[in-house]
Amino acid sequence: MSLRGRTSIVGAYEHPGRDLPDRSAAQIHAEVALGALADAGLGLRDVDGYFCNGQLGFGAISLAEYIGLKGLRYTDSTFTGGSSYLCHVGHAALAVASGKCRIALVTQGARVRGIVRGPKLPPDTPEYAFEAPYGETNIGIYALAAQRHMYEYGTTARQMAEVKAAAAYHAQFNPDALLQKPVTVEEVLSSPLVADPLHRLDCCVITDGGGAVIVASSEVAADLKRRSVKILGHGEAIKHTMSGRLDVTYTAAVWSGPAAFEEASVSPADIDYASIYDSFTITVLMTLEDLGFCKKGQGGAFVADGALRVGGRLPVNTDGGGLCNNHPGYQGGMIKIIEAVRQLRGEARPQVQVKNCELALAHGTGGGISRLCSATLILGRGDA
Amino acid sequence: MSDTALPAPPPLVIPETKPFWDATKAHRLVLPRCLRCSFVIWYPRQFCPECGHGAVEWFEASGQGSIYSFTIVRRGEGAYRDTEQYVLALVELQEGPRVLTNLMDCNPEQLRIGQPVQAVFCDAGDAAALLRFRPLIRG
Repeated sequence: MSLRGRTSIVGAYEHPGRDLPDRSAAQIHAEVALGALADAGLGLRDVDGYFCNGQLGFGAISLAEYIGLKGLRYTDSTFTGGSSYLCHVGHAALAVASGKCRIALVTQGARVRGIVRGPKLPPDTPEYAFEAPYGETNIGIYALAAQRHMYEYGTTARQMAEVKAAAAYHAQFNPDALLQKPVTVEEVLSSPLVADPLHRLDCCVITDGGGAVIVASSEVAADLKRRSVKILGHGEAIKHTMSGRLDVTYTAAVWSGPAAFEEASVSPADIDYASIYDSFTITVLMTLEDLGFCKKGQGGAFVADGALRVGGRLPVNTDGGGLCNNHPGYQGGMIKIIEAVRQLRGEARPQVQVKNCELALAHGTGGGISRLCSATLILGRGDA
Repeated sequence: MSDTALPAPPPLVIPETKPFWDATKAHRLVLPRCLRCSFVIWYPRQFCPECGHGAVEWFEASGQGSIYSFTIVRRGEGAYRDTEQYVLALVELQEGPRVLTNLMDCNPEQLRIGQPVQAVFCDAGDAAALLRFRPLIRG
């Protein structure tokens, strides 16, 4: 069954907070749920499908109770790290299109700032004994990818730094962004190295907060007053070390991207705006290549001349992205979807609104680079 | 970098991976190989994730490899929180697998991708030693 255009995102809400010491994660889930429902012109009683990442409480059950969701007919607590929410929207679109539920709510709520992060995985995770004792860190793993990408393709630290500079350029127009100050390539390169070749400013921010979206059938969307956004294509894929033959120079976007493009019947050249997961600057370079926006290995050259800035060949992360705006709870996927929705509704900040934005892509990358889930959504303007 | 400062947190040893860790305790590298398709499996398992066969044999590996990628981590976490810096690397073993590890006995600034390395073992608790590498000195 092709999902193309059968369902829509009818409501979206990004929590305006970035540092929320007085909130619980559950409270943030509820605030964004109510925010997205109000945006859609719907109420709690309308929701019959619920999607969350299952990290808080017992799958989706605890939050369903806390938020006050009754009459749920469909739930899904898929956890794929930062790409979870793109998976959720794809799964929700499938559930709605097949009649399993009518109005699906997807929420993210996170409260992490100032809290020391414990072990990422329980010790009985099979790979844990072979990686954790060596001081494996998320940035360390991405640094290994960046180093190898530089070796194989001649990518430079300066090219990666432009990804941050472009994000910072956009973030200056976003009063909710955690970091709103423009940053130059030189400032990125002179910031302290955290794991060579990645500097402090090659890394995303850590924030509290989150967001929510509502997925409904395109018939429901037509009855609502608010402008909606059509879900045209979805793809997701998992890549891992392949029994110990890890190639760190590409992500699972090489599979999720083509699946989403095929379902939407469009190609990378048709995309007007892209939200690209930016845990680190190298993540963006590799993902642009893997999604087919440029040839493999050409990501550095693609971004170097300002292509990612509004007015460029492919405006990316016009909210300031995870690098400057928001990366709640170490998971940036929800915010990626929401900025794509803003662009397609014509509701981005005026300075970064892409003119005649009809087709957008949102992409999430969850996990590390050694094992990850890539999830891609293609979204279209509701009236297009 | 002082190698004696590298932490050696004990890995969780379970029956499935005990043959691997037992060998490391004796400072030997053994790897599982599929009895049907001969694929050399990493990380160690007692079945073949390539062909689905349910039996493996453990064989003595060379301990030789080359650097596939490396990074100097300057902000460690967990057991490495107080380690000023250390080299995290992916080493490609001569037998095929690429393993996550540390490089030691080296000047990190002079490391390069492709450089040959040799296994070394660092005792980690009573049940295991960590598989690390150092640049191979020829001659």
